Order: sequence, then C-alpha cells, then structure tokens
Amino acid sequence: MSEFHQGEQDPDRFRRRILFAGAFVLTCFALLFGRFFYLQILQHEYYRTRAESNRISLVPVMPNRGNIVDRNGVILARNYSAFTLEITPSKTLGLEETIDRLGEIVEIQLKDRRRFKRLLEESKNFESIPIRTRLTDEEVARFAAQRYRFPGVEVKARLFRQYPENTLAAHAIGYISRINTKDKEMIEANGHDANYKGTEHIGKVGLEANYEFELHGTAGYEQVEVDAGGRAVRVLSQTAPIPGNNLTLTLDARLQSVAEQAFGGRRGALTAIDPSNGAVLALVSSPAFDPNLFVDGIRYDDWDELNNHPDKPLLNRAIYSTYPPGSTFKPLMALAALATGKRTPNQAIADPGYFNFGNRRFMDDKVGGHGMVDMHKSIVVSCNTYYYTLANDMGIDNIARFMSEIGLGRRTEIDIPGEATGILPSPEWKQKRFKKREQQKWYPGETISIGIGQGYNAYSTLHMAHALANIVNYGKVFRPHLVHSITNPTSGEVRIVEPQPIRQVPLKPEHVEVIKRAMAGVVREGTGARAFAGAAYESGGKTGTAQVFSLKGGQKYVAGQLRERLRDHSWYVAFAPVDKPKIVVAVMVENGGFGAQSAAPIARQVFDYYLIGKLPGGPAPEVDSGEENGDEGAATIEE
Amino acid sequence: MKLLRRIIQNLTAHLDMPLFLIVMALMTIGLATIYSATASDGFWKLDRQLVNIAASTAVMFAVARTPPQSLMRWAVPLYLLGLVLLIGVALFGIVVNGSRRWLSLGFVRIQPSEIMKIAMPLMLAWYFHKYESMLRAKHFAIASGILLLPIALILKQPDLGTSLLIGAAGFFVIFFAGLPWKVMIGLGAAAGAAMPFAWNMLHDYQRRRVLTLLDPSSDPLGAGYHIIQSTIAIGSGGGLGKGWLKGTQTHLEFIPEKHTDFIFAVFSEEWGLLGNGILLFLFTLLIGRGLMIAAAAPTLFSRLLASALTLVFFIYAFVNMGMVSGILPVVGVPLPFISYGGTALITLMLGIGILMSIHTHRMLVKK
Repeated sequence: MSEFHQGEQDPDRFRRRILFAGAFVLTCFALLFGRFFYLQILQHEYYRTRAESNRISLVPVMPNRGNIVDRNGVILARNYSAFTLEITPSKTLGLEETIDRLGEIVEIQLKDRRRFKRLLEESKNFESIPIRTRLTDEEVARFAAQRYRFPGVEVKARLFRQYPENTLAAHAIGYISRINTKDKEMIEANGHDANYKGTEHIGKVGLEANYEFELHGTAGYEQVEVDAGGRAVRVLSQTAPIPGNNLTLTLDARLQSVAEQAFGGRRGALTAIDPSNGAVLALVSSPAFDPNLFVDGIRYDDWDELNNHPDKPLLNRAIYSTYPPGSTFKPLMALAALATGKRTPNQAIADPGYFNFGNRRFMDDKVGGHGMVDMHKSIVVSCNTYYYTLANDMGIDNIARFMSEIGLGRRTEIDIPGEATGILPSPEWKQKRFKKREQQKWYPGETISIGIGQGYNAYSTLHMAHALANIVNYGKVFRPHLVHSITNPTSGEVRIVEPQPIRQVPLKPEHVEVIKRAMAGVVREGTGARAFAGAAYESGGKTGTAQVFSLKGGQKYVAGQLRERLRDHSWYVAFAPVDKPKIVVAVMVENGGFGAQSAAPIARQVFDYYLIGKLPGGPAPEVDSGEENGDEGAATIEE
Repeated sequence: MKLLRRIIQNLTAHLDMPLFLIVMALMTIGLATIYSATASDGFWKLDRQLVNIAASTAVMFAVARTPPQSLMRWAVPLYLLGLVLLIGVALFGIVVNGSRRWLSLGFVRIQPSEIMKIAMPLMLAWYFHKYESMLRAKHFAIASGILLLPIALILKQPDLGTSLLIGAAGFFVIFFAGLPWKVMIGLGAAAGAAMPFAWNMLHDYQRRRVLTLLDPSSDPLGAGYHIIQSTIAIGSGGGLGKGWLKGTQTHLEFIPEKHTDFIFAVFSEEWGLLGNGILLFLFTLLIGRGLMIAAAAPTLFSRLLASALTLVFFIYAFVNMGMVSGILPVVGVPLPFISYGGTALITLMLGIGILMSIHTHRMLVKK
C-alpha cells in the first residue's frame, strides 16, 4: 500500500508526471503531424484529384442541328427554342403527387400524362423527362414563383425540331425522335458516344436518319462547378458546340407540292429524277404524315392512328413498296432486245391475238391481235404478243442480266434508308427465294409473263424512274440522290455532292433513240395522248397496269364490280422533253385502274410545273378513258 | 487618467499574458475560419461568435481574479449541482436527435454534462487536496466513484464524446495525484479484457462510427461520408493550402458540420500543412504553458486542477483533429477556441481563467 502513500507530497513525482504528460502530448501531436504530412504531402495528388472530381462536372452542350432546305432555299426542317417543364423522377418526393400539384399551376392534359408515362418507361430514373412542352411565358413565370415546392422539376430551354411544311416530303425528310436503346448501340458502334452525351433526339427515318452525323454537329462542354447537392454553382470554362451542317436538297419543294396534291389523297408513289445527274426532284409517298408529331414524343393516339391506318401513311411507298411494272416494262424489254441483238427495230411479227407456248395460250388484250407489229408499234399499242415472243426468244437469263445492268432488282443506293431491292426474277433468284425443290425450278412459261412486266417482277417507282433515267441518259448510271450540297454554317464552306456516274451500260445511242421515239409515240397517239393533250413540250411515256387480283380464265375485268382494294395498280413512266430529257418520272397509283386513267395525269402536272412553270388549275382531273376492257387495249380503240 | 490606469492594472493583474496571447491567436484563427465556413449563409454566425468570445473572455477575467481558495469552495456544490441536474436529465430530459442530453428550465435549455467538464476536475482536485497528507488506496477508490457516477449517467444519454472528455479530465487528476503505474497498467489490462463487453454495450451508431473509422469506404454515403470528405479536404489542401476562402470542399458544402466539429477540415484545406503546423504549435504552446503553471503551482489542489485542465485542452484538440483527419472515431468534440459555439467556449475560457487564477495567486498563497 505504500505506493499510494504520498508522504510529504512528492513534488519530484508530480514533476516527473508533468514531464511524462508533456512527452505524451508531444508524441500525440507528432503523430497527428505525421498524419497531416501523409495526407497533404504524400497523398496530395490523390486527394487533389478527388476534390476536383467532387466539384467539377462536365456538362455537354447540345449543338444546333443543321437545317434542311430544298434546292431553292425553302426551309423543310429547322429548330426553334421553347421552354419545357421537365421532371427528374429520382429527385421528386412522389411522382404522381408532383404531377398533380404541377397541374394546379400549369395546364397538364391527359395526353401529356400519357406521353410522360410512355417516355418514363423508355428512360432511366435519373433522366429528366418532359411533362409539358412549349410553355407560355406566363406559365414559366408562374412555375418559377413556386419552384421551391417542386423538387426535381425544372424549366429548361430546349431546341425543338420543326418541319414548317408539315407533311410535305415527309417520307424523304423523315423525322427525329428520342434516342432509344437501338439508336444508342448504333451511336456506340460508330464511335460517336461522347458526342451524343447530351443529345436526346436522333434522326429515325429519311434524310434525318441518313445524314444524322452531318446534321448533328459537335457537342460542346461546360465545366461546371457543382456543390455537394449536385447543383451547378458556376461555369468554369466552356467549349462551344459546333452546329451541324445544313443540307441543301435536290428536291424542289414546289414541284413536290404539285406532285403530292396531284395524288389528291389517293395511295401511291412518285419518283422524279433529273436523268443528267441522278438528282431526285420529287419523291412522293401518298398519303403522308406530319413529322412534327414525332419530335417531342408522339402521343399514343396519334401513333395508333398512323400505324393502324389502312392506307399505311408511314410507309415510304416511293422507295419501299414494289409492284409488278406491267406494260411500263415493255420499253425496257425492247431495248434489251436491241442491245442483245435479238431484234432489230424493223423486224415485225404477225400478231394473231395470242401466243401459244406448249399447251398454254397467252392472250393479247386486243381480240384478234394488232396485225403486223414492229418494235415502235409494239410500244405504242402495247402489244403483248410481241413481248411474249421476245421474252421466249431472249430467255430469262438474258432478260435478268440486262435489267440488272439498267438498275432493276438491286438497290439504287439512294441516300435515304429503307429502299427495297425489288424482285428481278431469274432462276437463281427463284432458288434463293423458295425452299422446296419443286418450287425452285424455273419454268420456261414463267419467262413469257415476265416479258410483259407481270409474274414475279416487282419494282418501286424509284427503280422505274432510275432505270428510265439510265436509258435516256444513254446508259450512264447516276446514283439517285436527294442531297445537293452540305454547308458548314460556321465557315460557310459548301461541299457539293458531285454526281459521279457509277457505271456505264453499253447502250448504242441509236437503240436508245428507237425507244425514246416509241415512247413519244405513246404520248402522241397512244395511251398517254389523252393525259398530255395540248402539252407545250414533247414527252415520252408508257402506261402500265399491275394486276392485284387474277381473274379466272374467261372472266372479264370490270373495275366497277371489284372492290376498290382489288382494282389494278396504275403505272406511268415518262420523260421530257424528248430531245434532251430534263426530268424522268415514275408514278404509281395503288388500285388506280388503268395507267392512262390515274397515273398519267399526275405525270402531266409534274411536267407542266417543272418544264413550263404551269400550276394545275384545280384538283388533278381524272382522264376518263371510257374503256374497261383492259389496260393498253385503250390505245387501239382510241384511234 | 489615474482611474483608467487602475482599471487596466486591475484587469491585467490576474492576466497571464502568454496564455492570453495564445488563446487570442487561436480565437482569431477560429474567427477567420468561421468566416470562411459560413460565408454562404451571411455573417450572423460570425457576429454571434464575437459575442461568445466577448462573453467568455469576461468569464475568464472574472475567474482569473478569483483566488483558488474560493474556487475550492465551489467544488462540492458545483459537483452536486451537476449530479442532480444529470439525474434530472435522465428523468425529465428533452430528447434531441435520439439523445437525452438537455434539460429545459422553462426559459432556457441547459446541457448539464457541460458543467461536469469543470466540476469534475474541481471536485477531484478538492478531494485529493483534502486528504493530501494521508492518501490511501481507498481515497483513490472513492475518487473513482466520484468520477464514474456522473459518467455512467452521461453514457446513458447517450453521449460518448462528453463522457470520454469528462472521464479523461477526472482520470488526469487521479493520475497527477499519483495513481501508481502498476495499478494503471492493471486497469488498462482489465479494460482491454472488458472490451468485448463494452462493445456489446455500445449503441449501434457508436459501433458504426468505430467500424467506419477502420474502413470509411465501406459506407461512403452514410457514416463514412463525413470522414471521406474531410480527409479529401485536408489532403487536397497540400503543403500551403488553397488559400483563405478558396477551399472548394468547404464552399461547395462537401464538408458536414463545417463551422463546428469539422472546422479543422476547413482550416486545413485552406491553409495546408503549414497552417496545421502553426495550429499544432499554438496548441503545444498552450499546453506547455499550462503544464508550467501546474508545475509552479503551490498547493496540491491547484497543481492537480491546473495539470488536469491543461490535459483536457489537449484531449479536446487531439480527439478533434484525429477524428477529422480520420485516425479517431467520430465523436462530438469541438476544436478548442476554433469551433463555433458559445457553451464550449465559455467552458474552455473558464478553464483558462482557472489556470490564470492559479498562476497569478501563487505568490499570495506563499505569502
């Protein structure tokens, strides 16, 4: 117990303890200093970086998307700025409740809620999603005053895509819409992911899709200092975005408008090409849709309406829908015959009104036949028998080879996505197309109907216009294109999309002249005559009818007795002027009946406007051929 | 003129200049740092702290003039008052943030554990002084009882930080009174053996703090967030700091409690290792001066009180800086003379006043 006894107050002991305490304090402080040295000197770089990444956040700044204008500068797609009210679901206290309360200060309709819900399903929780677009100034002010009540809700100024001409050339221009998972994969595959960090919309269809990376521009960045709550405190530095390039089209908006109106709401398609360079002058798919509907997320009922409409307005018929070309195929067959030496222009056949092959009989339209028929007459009167024999003489391989050269049954490489390959029938094609052995075999009889553009033949208006353009251009093949030039809005530098011939089909000019003259004959005295009566220019054309419904032998085709959807498709292909063609057009009117009746008048209006600037007086007049006994039969009876 | 000189003389008579200057330097640093930490919410906290400083300095002057004999008379009543109030807290206390620490006296809320920070060393020093010439084992046992009773009450609130500080204050008195090393080592070993049981008695949040210390990244957004952010602040300060008012961790609100318990992170980010060195140096001077005063003190009471209070300042500073820099668990301890807050400042200045009183009255005692 003596240890506890302090005796006479041992001051030395106390002093020793004071010294001990002092030493202890110094040790502890040295330890602390060591810790500070470690953090502030040895690990300084690490913590400096952590502090920087804490406070600095890179915010992408969206570039302005490029505008799209027609060849005359008419604006077809542009941007406008508007305020949107956006919600970041993860930051709200309760999503439904937030929207309900927002509804008390700005108008939120049921359609807005529906669209929000759909966008919500497509996006991640921390993305901000618009509940209302195009707020009025008053609504912006009213929300700003009550902002504090709405965590996770913000007003943002955003650029919106606008298509001022609404439905005009909608299929060619396409539209932009919100980026989805598939688009993201595409962006990543192209190595553009960094550039698309702040981008919410992407071209989905048409030029907007094909020229996406031209139109998009380069994103800028803001280095923003953020606080612990993630709020931006100030901008430290800024790299300005580079706006996207503008597109100037080969398309003529007014011509396009004339052509679209000429359809008068009927289903169909039209492709007009400048044969000298492949420039697409008009690309019509009727009926059309309003691309503006897609921009800030299409409403469900609009989508439903467009998607389920029996006329399928979203379908780009001009490049995607293919139809048997019918008699419009005949001038191509005639040229093939000349090019392969199977016929001379003057070689004539006697047409008894039918062609016997084996034990099958292929009928001409005209009972009793056309008499002696040479090449010129075969086109003008659209003699089937001539082409039955010709197809039989040429054989399917020769036909397929020539038609492919001239541009059928393959992609034209037009600069919008979604074009069809079409069907150029051949034994090889049949083998690939069918699985069963017996279906794969090519029957010589099939070659015969190919000769008049029926059978498996199926081409789009783009194909037919392209092929005709290649012919009147003496075999020089240009890629059909919609974009004339790409302008950099910053530097003003203009890149012209030079029309380069992609191949030369060895056609003799004198052969081409035979075909052109014969097609001019069609307009002068054949099935095109009524539609082009009194035209101030000389054009060449060919009508055609694609069968939708095959009649049993002996039945007569009476359009009025068939339901509208079962009526034949109406074709017209043409070029003008004959001497030096400036425009080639292929028109297809679904269930339009005879080519002369529905399609040719549309081509007339397009030529009238393009060549002499004449606008149609009223709605497209239907030329009533008064005949119902078969397509090109009309030609003979007219005389 | 004469009157004025007399007043000044009167005021400075019991002032220990070195101690006073060190404390003033620390409080100036504190004001500058509080200014930086609270710049975004206006200056009312700075104004308040100025009032706190003025009030606590007045307390210091008052206490410094009071002779140690008078202080000794306060020991028992103050201790008993503290104890009664602590029992009152346990029975009628107000719960704030899950802890029952406050007692409402109708017009004002008081935190009785704060009284104990001074009352405890006072009481124990008085006790040892009373039995100075015949200290035995039983006196140490009784002293332990005096110490442990209020600590048990504070632990129950629960308030780990304060009970540690008061426990330390009491322990220092016992240590300086001459508790044999053997006993201390034995107690240390026993405490070590009792650790698992103590662990079981800790509250969940207390355990989490200890675990978080061992691995802050285990809970980066929860309990570890404070430590991670304050460590980043200190580390990013580097050798010379980012400069006053330029600490990004501070001004972008990444540091929690930045003007109170975590103010050291603010200071450290803006002034770097150099600033930390100066701060440590000032604390070393403060403690050195305190220990000198203790060594020179004439009576056992004043020796024990001075030395224990001095080490309490040390414990405050060490625990706070250790916790902010991530080597000690997070307990609610302010950085002495720097952190914002009136109560703590008054307690601290009371301690400084006692040290001054002991030092300036030593000759009188000898006479």
